[in-house]
Amino acid sequence: MDIRLEVIGTTLVAKLSGELDHHTAPKLRDALDREINSQNIVNLILDFDDVGFMDSSGIGVIAGRYKEIQARGGKVMIIRVNPQVDKILEISGLKKILDCSH
Amino acid sequence: MENYMKLEVPAKSCNESFVRAAVAAFSVQLDLSVEEMSDIKTAVSEAVTNSIVHGYANMKGVVKIVCKVIDSVFEIEVTDFGVGIEDIGQAMQPLYTSRPDYERSGMGFTVMQTFMDELYVESGPGEGTTVRMRKRIGG
Repeated sequence: MDIRLEVIGTTLVAKLSGELDHHTAPKLRDALDREINSQNIVNLILDFDDVGFMDSSGIGVIAGRYKEIQARGGKVMIIRVNPQVDKILEISGLKKILDCSH
Repeated sequence: MENYMKLEVPAKSCNESFVRAAVAAFSVQLDLSVEEMSDIKTAVSEAVTNSIVHGYANMKGVVKIVCKVIDSVFEIEVTDFGVGIEDIGQAMQPLYTSRPDYERSGMGFTVMQTFMDELYVESGPGEGTTVRMRKRIGG
């Protein structure tokens, strides 16, 4: 999984590519946490345009960051998800609490 | 048509993507839709991850995967020889996880149930776990 991070004000934009599963989840979690904590991030945008696959391990990572961002009074947005990722977000209930867009 | 394939990999997380790809490649003979193949990949990923994270708790072991094509039904069996599941009903509850410390979502079995048509779990303490899933293609 390739992760590109960009900070715009207090918003962190993470552009992801590859597959998000149990094997790659720790890399994403650590990269996001490091940036969120060191840059005083309030909002998080996850760009899934180049993510071809995600399973419930991805749900764990997103839900964990959602808790942290919510505690900071911010929002988590997930953009450009493919139908497979969309289905996982739907089943997990994350779609109801996050801002999602295709 | 009847066909099958067997796969055995060490319980290493880097094998999760390989197993997904191998199972997806085998499923192509059923002439399935993109969504059906995604469903199968996701379900098998959940089962193999469970074996690695829970069955072996990141210890050494092997995960066996058997795929069968029986007419228009795709069957996947994922077996580990790890610690097994004490309470299968509890393990299958949405959001339940025995490892909250690992930031697991507790959605693995829910995903398997939702993405496949049938799901059977055979397990017991110290007996390992076999997850058998079936999906009817084109139905």
